[in-house]
Amino acid sequence: MAEPTTEPLDAPPRAVQSADPAHAAAPARARINSPLRMSWRSFRRHKPAMIGLVVLGLLYFVAIFADFLAPYGFDDQERDLQWAPPTELRFRDASGFSFRPFINPKRSYIDENFEVRQDVDRSVRLYMRFFVAGDEHLLLGVIPCRTRLFGFDPAPKAASGGDEYFSRFYLLGSDVSGRDIFSRLCYGARISMSIGLVGTSLTLIFGLSIGGVSGYVGGITDNVLQRFGEMIMLLPGFYLLLMLRFIFPANMDSVTLYFLIILILSLIGWPGLARVIRGMVTSIRSEDYIHAARAAGAPPWRIIRRHVLPNTLGYVIVSATLSIPGYILGESALSILGLGIMEPTPSWGNMLQKAMDITELDQHPWVLWPGGMIFLTVMAFNLVGDGLRDALDPRRLKV
Amino acid sequence: MTSYIIRRLLFGVVLIFLATVVSFTVLKASPGQAGAAELDPRLSREYIEEQRKVFGLDQHPVRQYLNWLGVSKLLGIEPRGGILQGSLGLSISYKQPVATIIYSRLGATLLLNLIALTLTWAIAIPLGTYAAVHQHRWPDKLLSALSFAGMSMPGFFMALVMLWLLASKVHWLPPGRLTSLDHDQMTVWGKLADYAVHLVIPVVVLTFGALAGLQRITRGNMLETLRLQYVTTARAKGLSERRVIYKHALRNAVNPLITLLGFEFAGLFGGAALLEIVINYPGMGQLILEALRAKDQALVMAAFLIGAVTLVVGNLIADILLAAVDPRVSYG
Repeated sequence: MAEPTTEPLDAPPRAVQSADPAHAAAPARARINSPLRMSWRSFRRHKPAMIGLVVLGLLYFVAIFADFLAPYGFDDQERDLQWAPPTELRFRDASGFSFRPFINPKRSYIDENFEVRQDVDRSVRLYMRFFVAGDEHLLLGVIPCRTRLFGFDPAPKAASGGDEYFSRFYLLGSDVSGRDIFSRLCYGARISMSIGLVGTSLTLIFGLSIGGVSGYVGGITDNVLQRFGEMIMLLPGFYLLLMLRFIFPANMDSVTLYFLIILILSLIGWPGLARVIRGMVTSIRSEDYIHAARAAGAPPWRIIRRHVLPNTLGYVIVSATLSIPGYILGESALSILGLGIMEPTPSWGNMLQKAMDITELDQHPWVLWPGGMIFLTVMAFNLVGDGLRDALDPRRLKV
Repeated sequence: MTSYIIRRLLFGVVLIFLATVVSFTVLKASPGQAGAAELDPRLSREYIEEQRKVFGLDQHPVRQYLNWLGVSKLLGIEPRGGILQGSLGLSISYKQPVATIIYSRLGATLLLNLIALTLTWAIAIPLGTYAAVHQHRWPDKLLSALSFAGMSMPGFFMALVMLWLLASKVHWLPPGRLTSLDHDQMTVWGKLADYAVHLVIPVVVLTFGALAGLQRITRGNMLETLRLQYVTTARAKGLSERRVIYKHALRNAVNPLITLLGFEFAGLFGGAALLEIVINYPGMGQLILEALRAKDQALVMAAFLIGAVTLVVGNLIADILLAAVDPRVSYG
């Protein structure tokens, strides 16, 4: 490798130039980037981590473009088609093969035993169309857009007196109000995929400031802050989560609840991070290069920015990535109990609520899909975190 | 060592005290009547007021906390004892002593967690060792993939999938709970078998989740130990590979793990709460969720107290075990 690899991450460029005249001509900026680039190289070699990264990329793409990708809105219901099984996407029927996939119209009716049943009319083809017009929504929050990725021909009008047929494509089945589970998964991704990022950032702010102050100031402040953190860690986390949730009224609008859940999860989560940050700050504070920097007259903010932060950054990034699943699971836990995101807003957690009823689970097992999404997402974050840990480990950089 | 333990215990008591203050404050901050009495239209206003008096809920919150703690009894201003007198108080929704209510629920929770803990350790250590000895070969890779799955699998989701596959598709296992409806008519062996089949799903879920971490740690420790010089020495002496691994390396690799047992102890109480709720298991999880919903003050406080005590004791056990197995560690 061409880049100098032996100096610590935080070495100021001037020192490098004087120590290593062979590289004196190269621009200093390139050299500061080099540890980052090497980490990236190491990360790329970590195949599972790269798979995790791709999966996360896809999930974020789905979350951002849910309005475009999902065939139906999250609250677009069809009460006649409740708990419809996954729709068959067909290429062939009695009249032959078609390159353009199609579905058959569905209806629900009441049979001679007074049970509600659903069936499809196999004689009618409803073709799949791409880039169809749908409800107006704001793409990326700003661009007004009416297009959805795909849709289907409308069902023919019912003959007078006959049952009404619907043109509905349920890739993964429908839920209790006949809403498309696939579409709701896409919209639900917005909650799960963002709650981890926002929650971790908030915890980082708490953890870094409290841990940093604790480690840097020391003394009584340190003692009080640490004991307070220990006290929070002493309470059983899940029960504390529930208790904090019960401070607030049961029915709130989804946006307030979303931020409330984040706040609660961060309140529970900061002590662990603060403790580790404090440990790192106290140990770094007594390092020779910090003394050297101080002796050289560097102001505190410069020391923190150029010496302390780069040394803790790797660890912070890794632990932040690995803590994201905790937020996703925390939100799902609250939502599955009916204490989190409220209907009709979909979250992977509240979509699983019905799965807790064994008879529902028995009759329409497709309610389990959101759980699979949670598993996939948590797994992806764990894989990426693991890859980052290897890639950002300073000891690894020398290899 | 003794003085260290005493110091830690005293410190722990202070922490537990503060933790109960915090939980009491949070509990008092939540809206609604204790026992959720206002939600029951059958109860008259007078009855609710009377109940509040009986349970001492009409008093100032500070006084209520002191009542709960048992300080009021010491001061002679309250006939009923509190924690200091060994009483957990009365539950307003069950109208029974908290200890009676918690007794069976705590038993069920501990039963589940202890079985899962034992299984986890019995499986994880051999697996971790095996993976370390076969590093970079397919058993190691398979185990590491499984570990990732185990770490990432939400327990409640795995439980639901198992319920769907094993309890509703093929009727091999019962759908949740701890006992069948006809449990009381069963023979002793029948009852035991009944418990056993009900425990399969939660135990498997808990074990699968915990296994992942422990297996990876065992593997890591074992790999590090196998690189040490005394292992090379043992090999150079001509000892069989089996003896080197199981007699020399394994012991030293597992020693540091023993401290983890202390932390596991702390998780016995609340670790499986959500899982319990999801599969309708009659443990602490459901009890506390309902108690929080109903603002059953005494019950909630008891749960947080037990949780905090298990954590303090667990951490202490971890430290003591560490000193016991590692002669290099000593507490002045």
